[in-house]
Amino acid sequence: MNAELGQADSATEPVLEATDLVKHFPIQRGIVVKRTVGRVQAVDGVDLRLHAGQTLGVVGESGCGKSTLAKLLVGLETPTSGSIKVLGREIGNLSSRRIRPVRRDIQLVFQDPYTSLNPRMTVGDIIGEPFEIHPNVVPKRERAGEVKDLLDMVGLSPDHINRYPHQFSGGQRQRIGIARALALRPQVLVCDEPVSALDVSIQGQVINLLKRLQAELGLAYVFIAHDLSVVRHIADEVAVMYLGKVVERGTGPQIYDHPRHPYTQALLSAVPVPDPDLRGHREEIILQGDVPSPINPPSGCRFRTRCWKAEEQCAEVVPTLQVGDNGTHPTACFFAEERDVTHAVK
Amino acid sequence: MSELTVPTGQAEAAQTSLWKDAFRTMRRRPDVILATLILLFVFAMAAFPTLFTDKDPTRCIGREARQRPDTWFTGEHPLGTDAFGCDFAATIVHGTRPTIVLALTVIVATVVAGLLLGVLAGYFGGWLDALISRVLDVFIVIPMLLGAILLLSLFRGRGSSGNLIETIGPAALALMIFSWMEFCRYARAATIEAKNLDYVQAARCLGAKDSRIMFRHILPSAIIPVTAVVPTTIGAIIVTESALAVLGLGVQAPATSWGVLLSKGTEWAGGGYVYLFGIPLSLLILTVFAFAAFGDALRDALDPKLR
Repeated sequence: MNAELGQADSATEPVLEATDLVKHFPIQRGIVVKRTVGRVQAVDGVDLRLHAGQTLGVVGESGCGKSTLAKLLVGLETPTSGSIKVLGREIGNLSSRRIRPVRRDIQLVFQDPYTSLNPRMTVGDIIGEPFEIHPNVVPKRERAGEVKDLLDMVGLSPDHINRYPHQFSGGQRQRIGIARALALRPQVLVCDEPVSALDVSIQGQVINLLKRLQAELGLAYVFIAHDLSVVRHIADEVAVMYLGKVVERGTGPQIYDHPRHPYTQALLSAVPVPDPDLRGHREEIILQGDVPSPINPPSGCRFRTRCWKAEEQCAEVVPTLQVGDNGTHPTACFFAEERDVTHAVK
Repeated sequence: MSELTVPTGQAEAAQTSLWKDAFRTMRRRPDVILATLILLFVFAMAAFPTLFTDKDPTRCIGREARQRPDTWFTGEHPLGTDAFGCDFAATIVHGTRPTIVLALTVIVATVVAGLLLGVLAGYFGGWLDALISRVLDVFIVIPMLLGAILLLSLFRGRGSSGNLIETIGPAALALMIFSWMEFCRYARAATIEAKNLDYVQAARCLGAKDSRIMFRHILPSAIIPVTAVVPTTIGAIIVTESALAVLGLGVQAPATSWGVLLSKGTEWAGGGYVYLFGIPLSLLILTVFAFAAFGDALRDALDPKLR
C-alpha cells in the first residue's frame, strides 16, 4: 500500500486537493441589525490530497467538523478561505451557477438513507434525476436503460424502478443513494458516514460494494467515519481530525500500528479488544473532560486541555503537522512519540 | 382508504411517476367516484342551466309567491316559488354558474398565489421572506368587510350588464385579496421544514437549479397541508359572497348565487318555508363534501406510504 501511494504521489495530479481550508460559521444576534458575536470554527486549516483510485479516510469524534468538511468538498458550503481543486479546477470561490458543471466530477453519499431519498419520488425518478439536471450527459432515449444499469451496478434489481423508497430496507436505500451519486460518472465520491446508520451486517455489504465500485470505475473516495475499524478496512490513507484540524495523517499501518499523536492514541485505545482473554491486558487511555467548544477553541494546540503531555509551549504555539514528523508521518504534536495502544499482549 | 394493495402487476410497465400513480390510486376510490358525480352534476348546472329548467328566473308573479314544493320535482314549480313569486328551481339552477365560477376562480387564484409566495418566502428567506411575511401580516390584520367596503368605492356607480365577469368581478377580487394568506403561511412553513432535508441537499449537490428544487422536491410536500383547507375554504367563499352581496359587492342582481339565496332563505325558514333555506344549503354541503373528498384522496394519493 505504501509503495502504491508513493508512486501515485509523484506520477499524477491529485483529483481532489484542498489547501488550508477554513470554514467559520458566524453567530449572529439581533433581528433587524445583525451583529456577529462569535464564530463556530468548524473547519480550521485542513489540507488534503486525494489521487485517482485512492481512499482517504477521515476520522474524528462527533462535532470535530467532519460533515462540514464533506459539504465544503462537494461545494454545498462555500469555504471562508482556502482552496478546493477538483481535477485541477478551483471550486472554492465559484458561484452556484458556475459550479454546476464541476458537480459532475464530485458527488456526495449521505449518512442517513432514510432522509436522503425523496419519499415522493420513484427509484427511477431519483436515479434518473441527475440526467435531467445535466441533460447532455446521456441522450433522452437511453436514460431509462442507464438507470437500470446503475441499479444493476449497485446490486439492486432493475425491476425496482417503479418502487418508492419506503419499500426498501436501509441498506438497499443506501445503494440507491450510491447509484444516484454514481449516475454522472464522478471521479470523486465523498462518503459522509455512509454506513453509520446501518446494521453491522449491512455495513459490510455496503463497504464491499464501495470497494468493488472503486475497482471497477477507478473512483477516489473521501471516506468520513467515526468508526475506526470501518476506515481501516477501506482507507489507503487516514487523517485524524480534532476540533476542525487534522492532528495526524498517514497510511493505514502508520496510523493504526504506529500512532504518534496523543489524541490518535487515545482514540485507538478505546477500540474494544475482540479477544475476551486479552481484555484488560492493553493500555487504555481515558481522556478527561469534554471536547472544548469550537466557538472558543483553546489557544495553541487544540488538544492541550485534555492532553497528558501538555506543557507551556502547547498553549502558545500552534503545532503544524510537520513538527512531530521526525521522518515518519505528519503529526501535529511537539511531543509526538509512538506508543503501542492497539496490541494487547498477555 | 379502501385500496391498500400495491399494484405489483403493473411493475413491468413503463416508468411511472408520483402524479401518474396518484391518479391511478384515486380513480379506484368510491368516495372519489361519488364526488366526481356530484361535481359533474353541479358543473352541468353551471354550464347548461336550460337543461335543468325551462323557466326564466327573472319572471316573477307576486300572486304565486311562497308556494311550497308540495309536488316535489314535478308540476308547474318543481321546487316551489320564492318570496317574490319567482320559480325557485330556475333561480337555483341559474345561480349555480356565478357561484361555481366565483368559487373556482377565487380558490385557484389564491392557492396558486399563496403557494408561490409561500414557497418563495420559505425557500429564499432573507429580505424576500421578511417582505412577504410582513405584507401577509397586514392583510390578516385588516378585517375582510372593512377591506371590502374600501374596495366597494372602486366599483361605485357601475352598471350591471349581465356579463359574467362584471357580475362576479368585484366579489372575486375582494375575496382573493383576503383569502390567500392562509395558503401562503402553510406553504411557507412546509417549505422551511423541507428545504434543509437531506434529499433537497442531495438535489442541490447534483446541481439542480432553485426552480427544480422548489417544484420537484419542495412543492409536493408543501401542497399537503393546503389540500386539507381548500374544500372548507370553497364553502367559506360561497357563504362570504352573500355577506358581500349585502354591501352591493356580491353577485349583482338580476343574477343570483347560492350565497344570496341562503341569506334570503334564512329569513323565511323560521316562518315555515324551510325549503328556501334547505335546498341551497344541501347543494352547498354536497359541493363542499365533493371537494373535501377530492382533497383528502389527493393527499393520500400523494403520500406513497399510504398507497
